[in-house]
Amino acid sequence: MLTYLDFEKGLAELEGKAEELRALARQDPAMNIADEVAQLEQKAKTHLAEIYAKLSPWGKTQVARHPGRPHTLDYVEGLIEEFTPLAGDRVFGEDAAIISGLGRFRGRPVMVLGQEKGSDTQTRLHRNFGMARPEGYRKAVRLMEMADRFGLPVITFIDTPGAYPGKGAEERGQAEAIARSTEKCLEIGVPLIATVIGEGGSGGAVAFAAANHVVMLEHSIYSVISPEGCASILWKDSAKAQEAAAALRITAQDLYKLGVIDAVAPEPLGGAHRDKAAAVAAVGAAIDEGLARFRGFERGALRQQRREKFLAMGARGLE
Amino acid sequence: MNWITSFVRPKLDTLLNRRESPDNLWIKCPECGEMIFHRALAESLQVCPHCGHHMPISPDARFDALFDEGRWDLIPLPDPLLDPLKFRDEKRYVDRLREARKKLNRQDAMAAAKGAIGGVKTVVAAQNFAFMAGSMGMAVGDAILTAARTAVAEQAPFVLFSAAGGARMQEGILSLMQMPRATIAVQMVKEAGLPYVVVLTHPTTGGVTASYAMLGDVQIAEPKALICFAGPRVIEQTIREKLPEGFQRSEYLLDHGMLDMVTDRREHRPTLARLLRLLMDQPPEAPKEEEAPKEKPPLLEAAPPVDDIPAEPLPEASGGAQQAAPSQPQAPQA
Repeated sequence: MLTYLDFEKGLAELEGKAEELRALARQDPAMNIADEVAQLEQKAKTHLAEIYAKLSPWGKTQVARHPGRPHTLDYVEGLIEEFTPLAGDRVFGEDAAIISGLGRFRGRPVMVLGQEKGSDTQTRLHRNFGMARPEGYRKAVRLMEMADRFGLPVITFIDTPGAYPGKGAEERGQAEAIARSTEKCLEIGVPLIATVIGEGGSGGAVAFAAANHVVMLEHSIYSVISPEGCASILWKDSAKAQEAAAALRITAQDLYKLGVIDAVAPEPLGGAHRDKAAAVAAVGAAIDEGLARFRGFERGALRQQRREKFLAMGARGLE
Repeated sequence: MNWITSFVRPKLDTLLNRRESPDNLWIKCPECGEMIFHRALAESLQVCPHCGHHMPISPDARFDALFDEGRWDLIPLPDPLLDPLKFRDEKRYVDRLREARKKLNRQDAMAAAKGAIGGVKTVVAAQNFAFMAGSMGMAVGDAILTAARTAVAEQAPFVLFSAAGGARMQEGILSLMQMPRATIAVQMVKEAGLPYVVVLTHPTTGGVTASYAMLGDVQIAEPKALICFAGPRVIEQTIREKLPEGFQRSEYLLDHGMLDMVTDRREHRPTLARLLRLLMDQPPEAPKEEEAPKEKPPLLEAAPPVDDIPAEPLPEASGGAQQAAPSQPQAPQA
């Protein structure tokens, strides 16, 4: 059962009607309504294309958070062979919000890290909605170090509302853990390819995304603060999230223009949740392209490229 | 433009400014309520002489108190692209920025200076909370990078005083990108084998804490400063319970292993001087206080460069020289 977003109401109606007709036809095979169904379907498809061609930043925020959107585990399952999870920060605990482990991407051994939001109530709670605690970032530091030692590229999937704002997380040094993870991203002498697959939420996302090559899925977002958070601080009204989403420039398209990300991966029509396999394939191709860019790069050159890229940011703005 | 913006607002501004101008000779300590004469407060570096409460201090006042003989040079900072996102909430970002610049007569929220601390040539950057809550945008990131490059070029330690509400939302993703950019600055200093010391002041929060403010070789904090990633209100909303007294304050972070020390602002100069001389492998600073003669010896001469330590006793200037090094073994030759 597909979840429709508020701007997809017209679409829900069209698709609903088509489904009703199909159901009728199933009950009464004598009824000839194939033409009508095809017409409705065509209409729905055109409508879908129209909506998604001019999705507002807030609309993209909703798509990026769509409950049916493929999450890190979908990409790991679709793209990583022999995935071997590795757990724990060796200090305090294991953070289930971070999927982590070794595997093969198109035959080549890699280290995989990614925030996982979960896909139903139980897994969402288990994964803490993709909000990592310090242990998650410390585990990431440990595994990036390991990847660095064995010359394995690091592939990260970013999908988090942000780092977890909890009491224990603060007690155990959330800020320091994030800072060290970002520092490690910038330090390693192996290619680091990051893909924002849904929500790139602030510092919790940067800690995995200070990368050689940053990809964003077409309708994903990446922001310093959630539109709601920004609205409640600057507009003093969290209902102004739509305005905030537009003002913050959080879309893949704007971030590409700003030179903050390196590539935009296309999503299937109507968003990644309408065709998971196509989304996974698009991300796979984008990661492959990213890795190809850095084939033959020496350790120092990889670090240098990362450094120069981030230092150059902000030199050009948006109109 | 209407009557309100062209007439009432300027009128209001002048009224407000007059109220803020320093005919307030007595300042009430927000902590203990004691009245403090403004000069006494300035002398104690905006620390309440009665209860030790630390009030905000400007970067300039910090530099005056920190550098030897109050001598320092401002490091010129780059002027990054203004309002890269053309951001506007209920007000345009350029207007907010213009106001802050006018009010504080500063370009942005980070100032940097160089001078000597305890005879050690040092670069100091200080974040100014009064400027848009010290928030981190391009200008702050560029300031840290410039200060770090200066430190590397001059082979000087880098000391950074943090104070910020977090990222500058009006610069959107570019404010977030200051986390990796400032981290690169820290890496440059560390790769050059130079100390990076952070002094966290009230408040240091969000992306600032989660990047350059937590990466110091030595982490110092002013007493009772709020230091956190997520602010207390956000956490209370998340966990729906009241947080304990003193949560996320300096002393609490010290207890939880996130800091090396909590130090009164009035002790920063001697503490930093000692730390930097230890880290830069220089002999102890010659005491110069009470019994020192009126004409103080030039401190920089008392401290030879690291790789130029003479084998014979150091040419300590008069004053407290005899107390300086009797039991101190010679620094080993490199």
